[in-house]
Amino acid sequence: MRVTVRLFARLRDLAGAGEMVREVPAPATIEQVWRSLVKDMPALGDYERTMSVALNTDYSRMTAAVKDGDEVAFLPPVSGG
Amino acid sequence: MPAPLVAVTRDPLSLDALTAVVADGAGADGAVTSFTGLVRQSNLGRKVAFLEYEAYEALAVKGLQRIVDEVKTNWPSAKLGVHHRIGRLALGEASIIIVAASPHRGDAFSACRYTIERVKQIVPIWKHEHFDGGDVWLEGATADPDDETARQTAYRIACA
Repeated sequence: MRVTVRLFARLRDLAGAGEMVREVPAPATIEQVWRSLVKDMPALGDYERTMSVALNTDYSRMTAAVKDGDEVAFLPPVSGG
Repeated sequence: MPAPLVAVTRDPLSLDALTAVVADGAGADGAVTSFTGLVRQSNLGRKVAFLEYEAYEALAVKGLQRIVDEVKTNWPSAKLGVHHRIGRLALGEASIIIVAASPHRGDAFSACRYTIERVKQIVPIWKHEHFDGGDVWLEGATADPDDETARQTAYRIACA
């Protein structure tokens, strides 16, 4: 199945793109999407301890299941204001 | 068209426009407080040139709305508006404006302070600081709206 991955701020810089469509075997969790991403882009791996994740524009958890067509976002620690 | 109560926008912010939609002009509110965050010229010893703000806009708007709801729970008499600007901002430009209105000053001050603390905790917006000699992404809190400890910290600060 295909999921859209969104990356922001330094994660986006490290990956060289803010949005990409990724093929992942079903069934999958957000964690599995992340693992496949880090396999291709090991530099992202350091963010695992500090990032947040979102599923279809709501905060979520690594254990959440993803479906075909979902949007998964990985978010570095925030610095708004 | 009246300003929305929450917004993430590339346009310059207007405190007057936000105040007009938050405060009751007919006299129900006796207190209006506001907070304006400006781009500062120095940060951690670096001479800042400008900031570039990035947002996950759909989730950032939801985060701001969540804060409005939390304020309503904490201070039922208070009304709140908050606008965050994104994109490239020069020194001295406003990056965020918050307006809180209430019949009495205590709730308005608290709501305003609570809001800026929560924005820094849970709203997916990032500062890319460009300074003399380089650039750096600023990273603060790991965003987790369900983290009760963080929420209580913001509440304590707001009521100090």
